[in-house]
Amino acid sequence: MSLAGKARFQFMKDVGAPALFALNKSAARKKRRPRPANPDFGPPLACAGRLKEIMARHYYLARFAKGARPVAWVTSGAPVELLRAFGYYTIYPENHGALCGAQKMGPELCQAAEEQGFSPDLCSYARVDLGHFFSRKTPAGRLPRPDLLFCSNNICQTVVYWYKVLAHYLKVPLVMFDTPFHFEEFTEADLDYMARQIQEMIPELERHSGRRFDEAYFRSVTQLSRDTSLLWGQCLATMKARPAPMTIFDAFVHLAPVVSLRGLPVAQEYYKILLAELEERAAKGVGALRQEKKRLMWDNIAIWYKVRDFSNLFASRGMNFVVATYTNAWAETIQYLNLDDPFKSVAQTYGLVILNNNLEHRLQLMSQMVKDYAVDGLVLHSARSCKPYSVGQYDLKRLISQRLGIPAVVIEADITDYRMFSEEQAATRLEAFFEALEAA
Amino acid sequence: MPFYAGIDVGSLSSDAVIIDQEGRMLGSAITETGAHSTQAAEKALDLALAQAGLSRGDLAFSVATGYGRVSVPMAQKTITEISCHGLGAHAIFPNTRTVIDIGGQDSKAISLDERGKVVDFVMNDKCAAGTGRFLEVMAGKLGLTLDDLGRLSLAAAGEVSISSVCTVFAESEVVSLVARNHPREQIVRGLHRAIVNRVAAMVGGLGVKEAVTMSGGVAKNAGVVALMAERLGINIQVPPEPQIVGALGAALLARRQAG
Ligand SMILES: Nc1ncnc2c1ncn2[C@@H]1O[C@H](COP(=O)(O)OP(=O)(O)OP(=O)(O)O)[C@@H](O)[C@H]1O
Ligand code: SF4
Ligand SMILES: [Mg+2]
Repeated sequence: MSLAGKARFQFMKDVGAPALFALNKSAARKKRRPRPANPDFGPPLACAGRLKEIMARHYYLARFAKGARPVAWVTSGAPVELLRAFGYYTIYPENHGALCGAQKMGPELCQAAEEQGFSPDLCSYARVDLGHFFSRKTPAGRLPRPDLLFCSNNICQTVVYWYKVLAHYLKVPLVMFDTPFHFEEFTEADLDYMARQIQEMIPELERHSGRRFDEAYFRSVTQLSRDTSLLWGQCLATMKARPAPMTIFDAFVHLAPVVSLRGLPVAQEYYKILLAELEERAAKGVGALRQEKKRLMWDNIAIWYKVRDFSNLFASRGMNFVVATYTNAWAETIQYLNLDDPFKSVAQTYGLVILNNNLEHRLQLMSQMVKDYAVDGLVLHSARSCKPYSVGQYDLKRLISQRLGIPAVVIEADITDYRMFSEEQAATRLEAFFEALEAA
Repeated sequence: MPFYAGIDVGSLSSDAVIIDQEGRMLGSAITETGAHSTQAAEKALDLALAQAGLSRGDLAFSVATGYGRVSVPMAQKTITEISCHGLGAHAIFPNTRTVIDIGGQDSKAISLDERGKVVDFVMNDKCAAGTGRFLEVMAGKLGLTLDDLGRLSLAAAGEVSISSVCTVFAESEVVSLVARNHPREQIVRGLHRAIVNRVAAMVGGLGVKEAVTMSGGVAKNAGVVALMAERLGINIQVPPEPQIVGALGAALLARRQAG
């Protein structure tokens, strides 16, 4: 890490970035023509601007991180608290993939990977990431090359091979956290196996980052991470109110800090602001929709290029998504994180995430959510990319709609690759679903 | 006396049904959709009206359904094929609990409650495999008409297995089977089997509840119906004119809307 690089990063962080964003803001204020308010929605969330700023700043500063801080690329389900303890600047290719997807760049980047021989059946987060690597195209300006790759197979096996490919091209070390699948219960041996991996990573990361492990600091980061996720959980829980103070489409966006800035003070501060706003809205009866006629649940990752269209479509029918297994995933297992036994509890927290857990668990979880959030209907996104999330959805749909007597529909699509999305077919399914809901 | 119209603009056929206040069918028509869905819808509607001895001015309410439902300016409301096929099948056979509609570009299975209301449904995805279009392409390759297909399939002494249900792959498979002088009727039976396997898997996912009614143009193909009944191990009822079931459902919904 060069001294000059460090100084430059610090300068940009403290002076450059804030100045730039202040400038941008006033420019935007001058330029902005008021967008005609969509009458289906209630007043927008005031803190959305703050969120935009945090994420833009994160990607902007990333350009200066290289050379100043060790940079790691991390999977969404990895125990990032450990990296934070060594001061890594973290980039989440999946979050970047979502960004590319929302900007409708999915197919272009996927093709760039396909041209290099990667299969169109490969997860599109992986293809977008590799496509970005080959083509250097990104809506984020520029991503810093990693010094380290950090991956956990608690979300899928795809990430293992994806990160191996990255390690091969980038010639940087890959650290992997291997989690046994949670079929029925974790044995002591399973937990030991996971905890020991974390412990064994410490000397490796010390060597790689050039920084000593400080257990007290690790605990404080872990505490911060836990508090942040708990706050996120509280934000989501405000949607039990009728009308719900935000929609799940908002939550898909407000999810970014807990995914990719978890364990940093900025994420925690943000969710305090968000929670206060949501609680106030709920108390005053301010809903995300003007008229919340039906309450829905979403399963699986967002269809990033369709978030806005879907948001408008459902709002026009007075239907609000009030809960999702996806947004819940970053709050679901955090209660296991226990500072008295950080290593073993990290194993629990990350070993029990929804994608590493059995289908019976998902059935129970979703059934409970239907009750807790007073859900009238269920939409399952069968994501071509994500096999672990999509397998079993037809059974879940059948069981939940039969047992709880609510209509449910499966939409075949993809998270970023809109070549896998058929407008007409989705529209017919959704309309039929609306007809069933409205007749109910 | 008010009359009601249902217009089903599908990917291949545009169909219309006219009913009276009692739900009696007074006229119906089946036309090709072609490249102009609005014109096709108008043609179907006018033919059906002519059969009923009525004109557009006699209609109190019209409902459009099918993929082209948004391009039917004469209709006051659009409703999906799922609801329409459900209600249409229920009107013809009130004991129907499962509808299998195989049309030109998609196939669907719908489960109904005792009042004909949709409880659940599944549809095939993004692909012509398992649809009428698949059979049309293959009939073309074999130099047969659609009417030949069912008859030949039922008469076949044996069956060639078609391993692919992908329209593109199956087409080349058929070409090579023809080149190797396999009897055409056995190839036809194999093609029907491929489609039936595909649709049956979809129906299975929904759960087959009797009685089962087939609708859509492919229900006119006795070869498909026979193999489907065999595969599901049940009896299948087919309306006298399965292709207008969606339009009939739409007409019934038009009456309900007006009422
Ligand atoms: N006389 C016939 N004998 C056998 N099959 C037939 C006959 N007429 C039509 N079909 C089949 O029916 C199919 C068309 O069905 P239908 O008219 O229900 O489709 P559609 O409603 O236009 O399509 P979709 O519902 O998918 O949009 C044709 O592809 C063909 O396979
Ligand atoms: S979307 Fe699914 S397959 Fe892709 S990286 Fe995420 S968990 Fe793995
Ligand atoms: Mg049809």
